[in-house]
Amino acid sequence: MLQEYVDRKYRTDNKPAVEANLIKDKVAIVGIGQTKYTRDSGRDELDLACEAIKNAVDDAGLKISDIDGFDTFILDRLALPMLVNSLGISNIRFSGEVSGGGGAGCAVAMHAAAAVATGQANYVCCYRSLNEASGHRYGRGDDFIEYMPVALTPNYAYSWPLGFVTPLGWAGVWGKRWMYEFDITREQIGWWPVVLREYAQNNPDSMFYGRPMTHQDYMESPMIVDPLKLHDCCLNTDGAAAYIITTVERARDLKQKPAIIAAASESCPVEQEIQTVYQRPIISGLVETWYAGQELYRVAECGPDDIDVAQLYDPYSIGGIIQLEELGFCERGEGGKFIEGGDNIRIDGKIPCNTSGGLLSEAYLHGYNLVIEGVRQIRGTSYNQVKDVELSLVTGGPGVQSSGIILRR
Amino acid sequence: MAELIQGIPIMRPYMDQDNQGYWDAIKNHKLVLQHCSKCDRFIHPPRPMCPSCRSQDTLEWKESSGKGIIYSFIMFTSPKMAYPAFELPYAVVLVEMEEGPRISANTHEIEPDELQIGLPVEATFADLPDGQTVLWFKKREA
Repeated sequence: MLQEYVDRKYRTDNKPAVEANLIKDKVAIVGIGQTKYTRDSGRDELDLACEAIKNAVDDAGLKISDIDGFDTFILDRLALPMLVNSLGISNIRFSGEVSGGGGAGCAVAMHAAAAVATGQANYVCCYRSLNEASGHRYGRGDDFIEYMPVALTPNYAYSWPLGFVTPLGWAGVWGKRWMYEFDITREQIGWWPVVLREYAQNNPDSMFYGRPMTHQDYMESPMIVDPLKLHDCCLNTDGAAAYIITTVERARDLKQKPAIIAAASESCPVEQEIQTVYQRPIISGLVETWYAGQELYRVAECGPDDIDVAQLYDPYSIGGIIQLEELGFCERGEGGKFIEGGDNIRIDGKIPCNTSGGLLSEAYLHGYNLVIEGVRQIRGTSYNQVKDVELSLVTGGPGVQSSGIILRR
Repeated sequence: MAELIQGIPIMRPYMDQDNQGYWDAIKNHKLVLQHCSKCDRFIHPPRPMCPSCRSQDTLEWKESSGKGIIYSFIMFTSPKMAYPAFELPYAVVLVEMEEGPRISANTHEIEPDELQIGLPVEATFADLPDGQTVLWFKKREA
């Protein structure tokens, strides 16, 4: 089982030919938009979505009436007709809703890209709108009690009745095993959130702008679910984000420098669960991230050393650090040493990561803010701009069926 | 450990055709695991097809020895992310059973400072006042 992963050898003989890939180098992200990221928007999700979409369309130099497709992933409260009616779009020819929650953070871009590459739509808008700070918080256990006498699905039967109701807990189990197998210390883990907080200090749109955090602050923060401390956990955010996807050919007539998709992939390796990924021979790694990464490198015809900047979906800091291992930025089990002191992921480091502040310090827009930052790095407009970016990597959430994209100039 | 607060019910498992046998066995104070008689392989969580031989008529329930070791664990220490039916702190352990599958459960009579990866444990069962029967793990001699 999972032989490719166990042997660290990705087979290429049984995958589609790279030359036949219709997305690679032919599709681009051409517009990005967002609302303010706050703890209490005072508005509903539809209202926020309309603003972010309008901003993305304006940024691209398009009109709202140009949009003929929409894509998102599950756990979204908006229904497509609500958006179409409010935006006043005559007709939508393509729509999608990918499974996997935050794992689909980049799968959405891939599905939209597939739609424009195959001529099903001209301009697909990918959107996400949340009131997770003031409204329902997906990751918070006691929200469930009022309406959930029975665990939601058969697989949750092995967790929810145990008071084991939060993604932090589910991930803590494989995180603890990773710490145990490789002697990872809490001090080492702390550098991930500390560096992300540094990035957020240059980003006035981030929710932690003006609120720096030292490594000592991290160490003194309370334990939430051992082994995870408060500052290992992502933000709660009210806000919306959107981006527009079209062909590279159409992008030539638009306002912005396109962020061209060099590769996009989903991954759902066997024995995937929703965070409770406990039956694989190895649980101290993120198999889904490894598969997504290998496919991205294969299609983009590059390797980790060619990537200039990365936005890794980090709902908790261990999820970000183990992805560094699985994407080949360091050896498996070396994530703790790699992150020590933080320099390797700072702006001049080996692989600058989550340069807007990421999910821990910018906002928790289910990864859409990471895609947007990945685009900014290609355009050269990030608040923490890395020099001469050729290739910008973004990933979807770990511990679930996942995804990733590589953007290029 | 796993002290329950009276008056707040814990969630019940969602049962379907695949896992009904597992939960029925727990009701009878037995831990059973899905097994493929053709591959002689244990499978968890239970499913309608053996992922090795793709057979749908070789799946059966086999009683587990109930013995395993703690493979990993977490401790809920803050009300922020805990479920309010449990007294804090409470642990969830992932136990690697002798048969291979890893089962998550709460613990019985294991103090927080005794919890460690590799600790030998065995299944025990409790009938709760609300009519549910739950599987817990307690220490055992190695």
